[in-house]
Amino acid sequence: MGSIPFLPPSASSVSGEVDAFYFFMVAVTAFFSLLVFGLVVFMAVKYRRKSDQDQPRAILGSVPLEIVWTAIPFLIGMVMFGWSAKIFFTIMTPPEDAIEMYATGKQWMWKIQHRNGKREINELHVPVGQAIKLKMTSEDVIHSFFVPAFRTKMDVLPGRYTTTWFRPTKVGKYHLFCTEYCGTKHSGMIGWVYVMQPEDYQKWLQGDSGEGTLAQRGEKLFNELGCANCHRTDGKGRGPSLVGVAGEMVELERGAKVLADEEYLRESILNPQAKLVAGYQGIMPVFQGLVSEDQLLQLIEYLKSIGKTQKAPAAKPAAPASRTAATAATVQGKGL
Amino acid sequence: MSTVSSTIPEAKPNYLTSDFSIKSWLLTTDHKRIGILYLISISLMFLLGGILAGLIRLELLTPTGDVFQPENYNKIFTMHGVVMIFFFLIPSIPATLGNFLIPLMIGARDLAFPRINLLSWYIYLVGGVLTLSAMALGGVDTGWTFYTPYSSTYSNTYVMLTALGVFVSGFSSILTGLNFIVTIHRMRAPGLTWFRLPLFVWGHYATSLIMILGTPVVAVTILLVALERGLRIGFFDPALGGDPVLFQHLFWFYSHPAVYIMILPGMGVQSELIAAMSRKKVFGYEVVAISSVAIAVIGFLVWGHHMFVSSQSWYAGLVFSFLSFLVAVPSAIKVFNWTATLYRGSNAFLTPMLYAYGFIGLFTIGGLTGLFLSAMGLDVHMHDTYFVVAHFHYVMVGGAIMAFLGGLHFWWPKMTGRMYYEPLARLSAVLIFVGFNLTFFPQFILGYLGMPRRYHAYPEEFQVLNVLSTAGATVLAIGYLFPATYLLYSLFKGEKAPANPWNAKGLEWEQAPSPPPTFNFDHTPEVHEPAYAYAPEKEKEVVHS
Ligand code: HEC
Ligand SMILES: [Cu+2]
Ligand SMILES: [Cu+2]
Repeated sequence: MGSIPFLPPSASSVSGEVDAFYFFMVAVTAFFSLLVFGLVVFMAVKYRRKSDQDQPRAILGSVPLEIVWTAIPFLIGMVMFGWSAKIFFTIMTPPEDAIEMYATGKQWMWKIQHRNGKREINELHVPVGQAIKLKMTSEDVIHSFFVPAFRTKMDVLPGRYTTTWFRPTKVGKYHLFCTEYCGTKHSGMIGWVYVMQPEDYQKWLQGDSGEGTLAQRGEKLFNELGCANCHRTDGKGRGPSLVGVAGEMVELERGAKVLADEEYLRESILNPQAKLVAGYQGIMPVFQGLVSEDQLLQLIEYLKSIGKTQKAPAAKPAAPASRTAATAATVQGKGL
Repeated sequence: MSTVSSTIPEAKPNYLTSDFSIKSWLLTTDHKRIGILYLISISLMFLLGGILAGLIRLELLTPTGDVFQPENYNKIFTMHGVVMIFFFLIPSIPATLGNFLIPLMIGARDLAFPRINLLSWYIYLVGGVLTLSAMALGGVDTGWTFYTPYSSTYSNTYVMLTALGVFVSGFSSILTGLNFIVTIHRMRAPGLTWFRLPLFVWGHYATSLIMILGTPVVAVTILLVALERGLRIGFFDPALGGDPVLFQHLFWFYSHPAVYIMILPGMGVQSELIAAMSRKKVFGYEVVAISSVAIAVIGFLVWGHHMFVSSQSWYAGLVFSFLSFLVAVPSAIKVFNWTATLYRGSNAFLTPMLYAYGFIGLFTIGGLTGLFLSAMGLDVHMHDTYFVVAHFHYVMVGGAIMAFLGGLHFWWPKMTGRMYYEPLARLSAVLIFVGFNLTFFPQFILGYLGMPRRYHAYPEEFQVLNVLSTAGATVLAIGYLFPATYLLYSLFKGEKAPANPWNAKGLEWEQAPSPPPTFNFDHTPEVHEPAYAYAPEKEKEVVHS
């Protein structure tokens, strides 16, 4: 217990503008509410019934008034619509310099993987000032990743990747909530986001990162699961070589083309028959149910590390200015 | 029995006294009796849903989940939502007041299909029994929204039985809607043109459109969940090749319009109350009438505002956001017109008017906070927090239930032939208003602070506001108990009501006794004047601003 707070901490690059918009909304709606309440109270008293015989004159209506009070709410609504849509696109579009991390929701916990292989549960450590892009998926039902202090939220779905991003602006410890009802311990699916000074973050990141980077773990899995038997790097295996595939356009049978983004790679592993690569048979085994979401992310991270995307934190056009680099940039820019 | 000549001649029997047998009630095709049957059923449902709400507020008094186990808490809020929405709010005004009043207001003997009307009540009962038996067997924990794949694959509770109850009860609202539409088209008294209809009838016409167009979609959606759960056919669960977001589209395609099923009849009631209590024609009558239909139509195109962060396309979100701002306009127009009606009126401080004032206040807040949630950039933060909970309770409880109670008081003399005790009624209207605001206003703040909905336990900094909310709920509960007692009491001890205690306009007041006889009117009324013709024709004037 204590005093009543009115605003959550404001700790991301968008939270200021969201708050400003919120104040604008509160001001406009408070004005109209008070106007209506004031008028109702005033007229309820001023024109109260004085005797049972009262018979006021009829006032049927007024076209100009109707036009005014149709137009004004509409116009104000359009201002709200425009401004909020602009904010929405800012909240949803990760900037070029965002570094990627992965989050997996699971009844009832959050599992985070950093690219260097560090993993954590119900905690997320991030450096202040750095844009972070979270690629998220769920192992079971729908969850939702919500950090009130950042004013951002995104549903986390089974069977696909969604993206959220934020740039923390203040060092501190902030709530992480699951906001999509997900079963018995929904309210226990909470955690903390630790925003740290970059030096502290680096120190934290270096401490005990376990068995190598995400890509290294992915490579290990790639060998253990027998992927490497078919997908040889020399291209002479029963499956296509996967070197340089991620981030590139892939030709499918019957001439269709598809961008090898995370979603495509994921599907190619879980359910290879869905999209067959031109010139190959559908002999790849189905891995649905055999690899966990965490492992999938590691495999994909490995494929990206040998892919054309060559993921540097920022897909800077400094990389060979080829068709590939351009594709990579769009992959990054659009999110999934 | 020997008749004694000195006794006062018995008044003609009314719909209540025509036959006292239980059978005559259970097999009645009289729209008024069916309205009463519905009134009893939904009141019991409201009591149940209200008790569940009380349990929720009890648990949330403290941050830790110390009263119920999490699985039980989840079942409690789920059943609260299911009972209140599908078994109280959706049928509330249409099936009770609508059923009772539409034929009376349009000068008809009954609805177009009296037996179908009775059937719809039985279907409602079957649906209710199914859902309540699911509750008795152990309950359901999916939330009233039944989101997949939680509902279709993961929940181990009585999802199917509950959903079956909802599915079945849907047909009762389809039949009611159908009956109203046909009745309003075909059975209006001579001279009663569309633009002479009471706005209550307009509101119900718009509601009926949604009932027959929207309800089948939710029925199909429930069927798909059943097929997935029972036969493992993949529609929504990605593990079976389905798409979980598809469910949300289908669900909200019905459930957004459903909020208009709940509020449009309330707006209709509101117009009647304001007109009768101010003795004036509703300002901008035509505009208010048409805006009901506009709300019903645009209301079908805004469902995606529940899904801005669901991974729905951003551009779809943009369209849904725009249309949500658009659908707010006709509601705003209504509020302005009601307010303008008060201008130079003879505004009585009677209970129905107190509810009408309360409705304007609470519905205005409910509607305006809807704009916060239609605004995409802000909804990202507010979605699935207590702000949403507060918003829709302002509309559903503050709007729909205030209107329902206002209407119930207003037409109580007509329905029962008795007057209730006015001072107590006024007091309870005030209590309900205060209790309501104390319960739900703090939840707006909680929402912006980030407290997620459907949380059994919450961080400590949210406690003060939750305590306020629970305190408000206590006042609200007491407020609701008052009408339950004095209205019932009035049935036995209340003063006998005249045909038109409010001196109100309208066929139900001017042409039918209180309570009306079984077939409403001795002879078909003819209508020669517009609705709400309180002031004599020649005195009418049109103001220009
Ligand atoms: C039995 C041989 C075999 C094994 C084992 C195998 N694959 Fe494949 N894979 C193929 C073949 C053949 C194709 C091309 C046809 C198709 O698209 O299914 C393919 C396609 C792919 C593709 C799409 C490549 C492109 O160019 O678009 C990816 C990604 C992939 N496999 C990843 C994996 C991973 C990861 C594993 C291990 C978990 C694995 N595969 C195991 C045979 C195999
Ligand atoms: Cu969750
Ligand atoms: Cu909606």
